[in-house]
Amino acid sequence: MATSAELIRVEHVIKEYNHGAVKALNDCSLSIQKGEVVAIIGPSGSGKSTLLRCLNLLEVPSSGHIYFNGVDITDKKVDINLHRRKMGMVFQHFNLFPHMTVKKNITLAPVQLGLKKQEEADAQANKLLERIGLADKANEYPNMLSGGQKQRIAIVRALAMEPEVMLFDEPTSALDPEMVGEVLDLMRDLAHEGMTMAVVTHEMGFAREVASRVIFMDSGAILEENTPSELFDHPQNPRTQAFLSKVL
Amino acid sequence: MLEAISKMFDPTFPSSFVNFSFLPKFAPYFIDGIMYTLALSVVAVLLAIIPALLLALMRLSKNKLIHHLSGAYIAIFRSTPLMVQLAIIYFGVFYIIKVPRVYIGFVRLDMFLPFVISLALNSSAYVAEIFRAGILAVDAGQTEAARSLGLSQWQAMKLVVLPQAIKNVLPALANEVVTMVKESSVCSAYGMGELMFAAKNVAGTSLISVGPFVFIALIYFCINFPASKAIEAIERRMRRGDKR
Repeated sequence: MATSAELIRVEHVIKEYNHGAVKALNDCSLSIQKGEVVAIIGPSGSGKSTLLRCLNLLEVPSSGHIYFNGVDITDKKVDINLHRRKMGMVFQHFNLFPHMTVKKNITLAPVQLGLKKQEEADAQANKLLERIGLADKANEYPNMLSGGQKQRIAIVRALAMEPEVMLFDEPTSALDPEMVGEVLDLMRDLAHEGMTMAVVTHEMGFAREVASRVIFMDSGAILEENTPSELFDHPQNPRTQAFLSKVL
Repeated sequence: MLEAISKMFDPTFPSSFVNFSFLPKFAPYFIDGIMYTLALSVVAVLLAIIPALLLALMRLSKNKLIHHLSGAYIAIFRSTPLMVQLAIIYFGVFYIIKVPRVYIGFVRLDMFLPFVISLALNSSAYVAEIFRAGILAVDAGQTEAARSLGLSQWQAMKLVVLPQAIKNVLPALANEVVTMVKESSVCSAYGMGELMFAAKNVAGTSLISVGPFVFIALIYFCINFPASKAIEAIERRMRRGDKR
């Protein structure tokens, strides 16, 4: 049964492509509590990004249910736009809007959705940019920034919506190695502030250090989930063992 | 044979390529022609933009009926000759709709309107495909980022995708004007006084059969060649500014 602290609940989600020819997710179930940091690891093509993208319905499950704050968002009658406001997402390739300044990137959604006046949103954007040390970039366009700066701005763009959960889809995979640290630092800060997070990642060190729970996926199924120390040090499933022996 | 060829380059021979002796007397015809040709092409493409955008969005719609409706329009206008479309619209549609004989600047409206609308209807089918390609060329991650922030499909399209798509298609849109400058010559068949009509008229009146057409060929070239070169240059510069 759903407890009061449960934020996201995934029930028997199946995602098929090409009329069932490809099964990206095969009966995945999962529960994420408020304040939890869940790292999702696994080989590429294992379905971890698909699972994450199902959480805010960027991918619509072929069957199964996803509950956010107790509401079944896979129900066609639910206005998904309202729920997405509370689910921030960060992408591998940043996806900043190249035709808008950094500040406009951050204020666009709060202003367009009528949640804030432009001045309020601007003030909030300045505060967020200050926090990540990029206040001087407010009026720059994204193409003037480094990958690490872009990704940190993408994170605060999502934070500007004051989300209840942040979904990270391989947020450091497209970064030059020297920029990975600054993005992970910001994510670590968020975790320590109590933000609920689901992170698809290849950064095993980060998963071990920051995550409260680690999920291992392969072939579209959740094969093992445990605390980081248990999963990394005493993996039970042979596929988890094989994967970890390759990446650690 | 040789004699005939040499005659074609004799400026006094009526059928010569280089007999331009009609010019002093008939120059105003060509000036009028140029103005009508340019007005037709530019206004037709401008008029085509909104319907084309609508057609492109319909084409990208998930609703099958809307998708196919737009597809049918595009297919019909791209698979039938412009000359036939002109005849149907000019003799048919504008037989029902009577346009008053008024002048807007140098433009005689009852002449101009049927043709410019026909050209615009035709052009919107082509411009729709330009827009569709432009929209699809915007990275899907842009829409996903917008939607993940809670923006609706339409907000994502309007605020994030279209501004980027329109910038990308501007050169193609300018090229459509160049195409229209040439294509609009078929309007001469139904008495529209553009450049081709001027040449036919002058040839008939002056009995100089080839020169007027060589002359307007030069004019078309002098309009279109620099225009397309300029568009290419702008396109190159835009691509340089685009590096991610």
